[in-house]
Parts: sequence; structure tokens; C-alpha cells
Amino acid sequence: MSVSTEQVRHIAKLARIAMSDEEIERLAPELNNILGWVEQLGEVDTDGVEPLTAVIDQKLRLRDDVVTEGNIRDDILANAPEAQHGFFAVPKVIE
Amino acid sequence: MTELTSKTIAELRDGFRSGEFTAREIAEEFNAAVAAAKTLNAYTVETPDDALTAAEAADSGKSTGPLAGIPLGIKDLFATKGVDTTAGSRILKGFKPPYESSVSANLRKAGAGMLGKLNMDEFAMGSSNETSAYGPVISPWRRQGSNVGLTPGGSSGGSAAAVAAGIAPGATGTDTGGSIRQPAAFAGISGIKPTYGRCSRWGIVSFASSLDQAGPMAKTVRDCAILLEAMCGFDPKDSTSLDLPVPQWESNLSSDLKGKRVGIPKEYRIDGVPGEINALWDQGIEWLKDAGATPVEISLPHTKYALPTYYIIAPAEASSNLARYDGVRYGLRVEGVKSLDDMYAATRAEGFGAEVKRRIMIGTYVLSAGFYDAYFTKAQKVRALIKQDFRKAFEQCDVILTPTAPSAAFGIGETTDPLAMYLNDVFAVPASLAGLPAMSVPGGLDGQGLPLGLHLIGNELDEQTVLNAGLAIEERAGFTARPEKWW
Repeated sequence: MSVSTEQVRHIAKLARIAMSDEEIERLAPELNNILGWVEQLGEVDTDGVEPLTAVIDQKLRLRDDVVTEGNIRDDILANAPEAQHGFFAVPKVIE
Repeated sequence: MTELTSKTIAELRDGFRSGEFTAREIAEEFNAAVAAAKTLNAYTVETPDDALTAAEAADSGKSTGPLAGIPLGIKDLFATKGVDTTAGSRILKGFKPPYESSVSANLRKAGAGMLGKLNMDEFAMGSSNETSAYGPVISPWRRQGSNVGLTPGGSSGGSAAAVAAGIAPGATGTDTGGSIRQPAAFAGISGIKPTYGRCSRWGIVSFASSLDQAGPMAKTVRDCAILLEAMCGFDPKDSTSLDLPVPQWESNLSSDLKGKRVGIPKEYRIDGVPGEINALWDQGIEWLKDAGATPVEISLPHTKYALPTYYIIAPAEASSNLARYDGVRYGLRVEGVKSLDDMYAATRAEGFGAEVKRRIMIGTYVLSAGFYDAYFTKAQKVRALIKQDFRKAFEQCDVILTPTAPSAAFGIGETTDPLAMYLNDVFAVPASLAGLPAMSVPGGLDGQGLPLGLHLIGNELDEQTVLNAGLAIEERAGFTARPEKWW
């Protein structure tokens, strides 16, 4: 499989990274090189193999459904590029 | 190096306890050494007051923990309360976490102070420190008769350079696919990545969550054991944290390997590796035999597929983890764009460097509709086979010995092809995919006077055998070389 510049443009859109045509042109062969190389995994017979999901056998723990940390709104907002009235502020989304 | 900055953590701890010198003297000497080593670009933030405050607590007897009086460097991937934490990225410039990572909190609880934050490859994606938005770290090591700037390896390159240059007695690192072990090898120091789940990931900026593990980097195996004991421990805030007691690795250190079998994987003899590295590997086998161990040839048949598997899984997890950098809650925001979507895309375009973008793109692609099974599920299956290889191997042996990296340190700017850069981790990645403890210890110098490392891989939860075999090599290698001070 090889990716076209059109596909690279689509991936960049999915990844929410703005890219110029120049960057897309440059990236397409780089990505194809890497993807071409990882495709050697096709040689490995994985019929009947369960995909590994936990590298060390573990049970997912559950905790009591209680508030463990709270009343730290100002701490949470302290690093926001823009905070207003105790909320994160974003560019206008509805006209 | 002055007298105190050349000491090991064990020597500093014991000297402080016996009253030979004060914690303040230790902190002041290291603070001065840090301030005088800016050329190396190892620290992104210096925190001399933090080191002094911890020293005063130690001197006044208020702090009596196992690391009382010891100042450390902290990789900039660990959230440190109120101190800039950037992960080597422009997108986190100026980010001051309102909380402390569990690992650095554990070190503080043990009495350690902080000398500063250590430079690293952006989001830990790199093997040379060249992807840092804050400029590359320059290794304190140089080739004989040469002034060419070398990389300290990566991604924990600032940590490796700081320990090698004597501007930190020890440092934290993180290892996703070799990021503790390869820089430790390049810098002539020791570094261990414990079993996945030993160190809490809480408060460590995420790269690939199923692989990321913290670990210590220090001059000696004993120092690594001391730091690892303080760093590890169950943490309910990390869902993959192991609920197990922390072993007493330091007091159980023993270089007597009688009855231990050392696995030598035949698949690690690969083309293109310099003869010196294979010769050191053979020497390592002799050293472990001398310590009482029996070498056995083992086979890890899927070794060849570990790197391509890693370069599907790690970018996939990274593309998902790094979705959080959206210009809304913290970090950079690019202003002056029309819509919310444009703000996301412009912020991420400006905030991320080329390697991070490349990996997000790969990750997004392998997770996208229509390609998920062909790439991601396939890689998860091969990962299961790699894990099984190790499980079978550990029926025949107790620890595995290999070289750490396929080369010694290289020059800054010398490796420009991404795939060639990825090959640095060819020996380190399989243990990461299997979640196993693994360590690099210095073995000797190459013909150009640069350090080479030996790599030990242990079975799940068996850090002790890894440390013990590391100690046996350390005692026999007699590695005392230090870089000549030029900075």
C-alpha cells in the first residue's frame, strides 16, 4: 500500500495539523518509506494469535464512585490560554 | 569535577550520614557545576533553590528519608508542581503543572531535592535529543582528537549528559523503546527500565501508554538500585500500576551469579554492527561466566519484527495521547484564525516539531478506518508473539545479555533519515514491547574513546537478577573513564 498526497492531506485533517502543499509533498515519500518498512509484518503468520492488549497480566481495578479531588477550578484554569468566567474560552463556534 | 560532584549517590548518602560533609555542601557544589555547564544544554530549567531547600531539610534533620541530602535532575517529561514542564515541546512552553508526578513526589518524599529539569527529545520521540524544541543536548564526550559535537542519545539525553558530566549525581529518565538505555550506553553510565507497571505513569507526559516506564540513570548499578527503590510503588492513580511491594534491591545486590543461566539470543547478531560491539558482547559473556553464570544460546525468533511493530504501536498510541494538545486547556494557542477547527490545526502545526508530526501522521493513518486491522491489530498480534518468545526463553535462562545499541554516540546532524535513526533502538525495543525490566551498564570504550554499553533483559518483576548481573559486569569491566572537561 502506498499513500498519495491526497491521502496525506486527509490524514493531516484527521490529525488536526495544518499543512502547506509543500509540507504534504515532502511528507508523502517519508510516510511511504516508513509504511513500506513496517509492512514486513505481513511475513509473520499470526493466524489464531490473540492481539496483545495488556503487556503484564493485570485486572483493571475499580474504585468507589466518589469525588476524590474537587474545588480546584482555578488550578485547572491557571494554564489555559484563555479563561473567562471560570470556563475555558474558545473561538466562537456558532454565528 | 570537584570532589563531591564526582561521587556516587551511595557515597554522597553515606558521607552525609556520617557527617563528612553537609547536604548544603552537596547542593551548592552541584548547583555551581550546573550553572557552569550551560554549553551542554542539558537543563531546560535550573532550580538551585529547590536543591538548597531539600538540603536544609536534610541538614536540620527534618528529612531523614533514604535520599536525604541527594539532589537529582528530573527529566522534563515529569510534571513538577509550579516548575515549567515542557516535554521538550514548543506546544507546552510555559506550562506550570499544578501537581507533581507520582515518581518525582516519591523521590521528594525520600528526601531528594531537584537541581532542575532535563532536556529531552520532544515528547520523548527521538534517539539523539535533536528533536527538542529547546535545542539539542551536547554530549560531554568527544571522539579522541576531535571537537565535533556528539549527541548524548535520546530521548533521556539531558539526563545521560548530566550524570556523565557530573552536573547531577543521578537523574530520572523514561523509556518507551530504549530512551533510558541507549543514552546511558552513549554516555558511559548505567540506567534501568523496570517491569512495566513498577513506576507510576501518573504525571508523566504520555507518549505511548502501553510502553512508557520511568527509571533511574546514574553512575553505578548500586545508585540505580537506590533510586529505583525510591521511584517505584503502587499508585491508585495509574490504572496499570502494579499493586506489589517494592523489593529491597539495594540490600539484595550480589554479583555472585552461581547457578544463573545467561541467555545469548542468536537473532541479536545482526549485519552492520561494528566488530567492537560484538567483541564487547563476547567479553560480557566471559565476565558473567567469571561471576559464576552459565551462558546458553537462546532464540527469540520474532526479534526482526520488533522495530516495525513498535513503529506502528508507539505512533498509534502517541497520535491518540497527543490529541489533548488543542490550544484550549494549556500550552500554546495560535490566535487570529477564523474557526475553532482552524485554531486546533494552526496551534498543532506551530506547536509540534517535524518528528512529532511525522509520528502523529503515521499513528493517525494506522488507526484510520480501513487500515486499523492491517496495521494496528496486526502489530498487536506480532507483539503477542514477541512476548511469547521471551516467555519461552526465560524457561531456559534467568537473564539475557545483548549489546545496548548498534553504535557508539554519533555526531549532531549526522543521522538525517528517520528510519536510520529508528534503528538505534533495534536491541532495546523488544524488551519494551514485552514490558520486561532491562538495563544498560558501561562495558568499555571503542577505538575512538567513546563508551559502549551492555544490555541485560530480565524476566517480569525480576529486576534483582538484572541488577545483579549488571553489578557483576560493572565489577569486571572496571569502567572508570569520564569525559575530559571542555565545557
